[in-house]
Amino acid sequence: MTTSILGLFQQPEPAADAMDGLKEAGFELGTFDVLTGTPYPEGAFGEHVPQHRLFRFPAFGAIIGFTLSIFLTAATQLAYPMVTGGKPILSIFAMLIIMYEMTMLAGVIATVIGIIFESRLPNLKPGVYDTRITEGWIGVVITFDDESKVADAENVLNKAGALEIKHA
Amino acid sequence: MQQRRELDQVYTNRKLLNGQLDTPKWWAPTVAILGIAVILGLFVIATMINKGLGVTGLARPVYWGLFITTFVFWVGISHAGIMISAILRLTQAEWRRPVTRAAELLTVFSLLTALVFPLIHAGRPWRIAYWILPYDFARGIYPNIRSPLIMDPVAISTYLTGSTLFLYVALLPDLGNLRDRTTGWKNAMYTVLALGWRGNPRQWKMQTVGGILLSALMLPIFVSVHSIVSWDFAVASAVEGWHSTIFAPYFVIGAVHSGVSAVVTMMALMRWLWGWDDFIRPEHFDALARLLIVVATGWLGFTFLELIFALYGQDAPEIALREMQILTWPWNLLFIIFLLTGYLIPVPMWLFKRVRTNIALMFWTSILVNIGMWLERFLIIVPGLARRTPFVYTWEAYRPSAVEWTILVWSFAWVTFLMLLFSRFFPLVPLFEQKESQVFTDDVMIGRAKVPAIVREAE
Repeated sequence: MTTSILGLFQQPEPAADAMDGLKEAGFELGTFDVLTGTPYPEGAFGEHVPQHRLFRFPAFGAIIGFTLSIFLTAATQLAYPMVTGGKPILSIFAMLIIMYEMTMLAGVIATVIGIIFESRLPNLKPGVYDTRITEGWIGVVITFDDESKVADAENVLNKAGALEIKHA
Repeated sequence: MQQRRELDQVYTNRKLLNGQLDTPKWWAPTVAILGIAVILGLFVIATMINKGLGVTGLARPVYWGLFITTFVFWVGISHAGIMISAILRLTQAEWRRPVTRAAELLTVFSLLTALVFPLIHAGRPWRIAYWILPYDFARGIYPNIRSPLIMDPVAISTYLTGSTLFLYVALLPDLGNLRDRTTGWKNAMYTVLALGWRGNPRQWKMQTVGGILLSALMLPIFVSVHSIVSWDFAVASAVEGWHSTIFAPYFVIGAVHSGVSAVVTMMALMRWLWGWDDFIRPEHFDALARLLIVVATGWLGFTFLELIFALYGQDAPEIALREMQILTWPWNLLFIIFLLTGYLIPVPMWLFKRVRTNIALMFWTSILVNIGMWLERFLIIVPGLARRTPFVYTWEAYRPSAVEWTILVWSFAWVTFLMLLFSRFFPLVPLFEQKESQVFTDDVMIGRAKVPAIVREAE
């Protein structure tokens, strides 16, 4: 059964020490994480820097939007092919404006989906947490498959100066 | 310019969530009064739809009047959000932090309000569906995508959707904060809306990278929206004063001028009403006023360019229109008020730091700008149509009716009502941005001077 514990700190330095201690104690990257109520500079806690593929989302969305917009603008004109002033049925410049807007719209929607997906949200089982984190406390959370390691993790957190340890 | 003020996170939560956790005493009566005004306005709109556009002052040849003027005005105000939020985020301007949420919110609510005007202006709003949506399968008649009147709703709905999503994504950390501070049904609501936000490095990284990415995507939309609104006029080659090639950039910069001024108005109100003196400080007004000086001067340049291009061609009808717009009663009075309020009074005042850091003066000058900017749109739209031209056999002077004025006033009550309603449930200043500023800023000694230094990126 998966279980997790949360060590709470008031300052970033001991939280960073706890993260280092967990690495030294052989905990795998990805099994422990730091929770804060505000963004800290990347690497402030020596944490694992997450890789992401967010940049692919707007490109993917834009391609879908562009394709749909070609279909929509061309089809609406071809479905009612009224010649105006001897000009071609498909009015390219006017189409470009709608195509531009639809491409951008799909790009934005896909980016927002990407942000939510890459943030691993919605998170229906958030696990152990403390509301003081949004008051400036810093949480170091460790997830275990093997409960025999709980004591090791608690030792590391206590050694680093955790003010409190919570269990899921 | 950056002033250092050490504020702990508990204090920041308590102060910036005072609208959600403890309702201020003035909130309920103000919302009630605005609510009554909103209902009265909706009643007038319903009456107008029932009776028809005959209750307005619109008459041949002026069929675009107060409603379209107010539509352009609110679209203009909506440009505040992206100007402030996206550009300042991309350039990592530190003073953006207390401003962004209010600006994004103003974008969403003013766009929602702007959309009402073309709908009611059409007289029979339900028929707009035929005009905009490609769904008339039975008769095979679809929207004419060559018309700016189709491009316009497409651009505005893109902007509205994008801005709303942008607002929501940036709200996620604060929703997590509200979830942690509430109980009962409010806690349940914030828990659902926060989507399980915890504040781990991955989520913060997505906020930063995603914020920049969305800003970069929203900027071209922001430019396109008011450009397309301007084409509603600029492609009407039969109306002198409208068919100008500089309308797109002219409208965009005018929109930024009015939008940023509206943000100043809103910031002053937020500081006074919620007592956020520690967060919305004179330095923020100073920075906004400096930005406004540049924007306003660029806009004034376009105003004169429009006149110069019109007069340089020595086209008789165009000259006659300008003569009417600038020299003939009552347009000349409106033109003078427009120029005074839009530029000549506020901008010279903003040149002085004492004015830029005086919040009351900034509040009143920003209101002056928006009076001027509303008049600018009115002076572009109405005289162009009102000038007597050949081959038009009936003629009436346009006098906006009480119905039109009431709906104009309603739009202000509606936007304020929506803002206050939002403020009851969601923070108007992004808390995590404020706290980030505390984490990323420290004092360093240079010689004997203590200077606030800001960390941008860790190595």
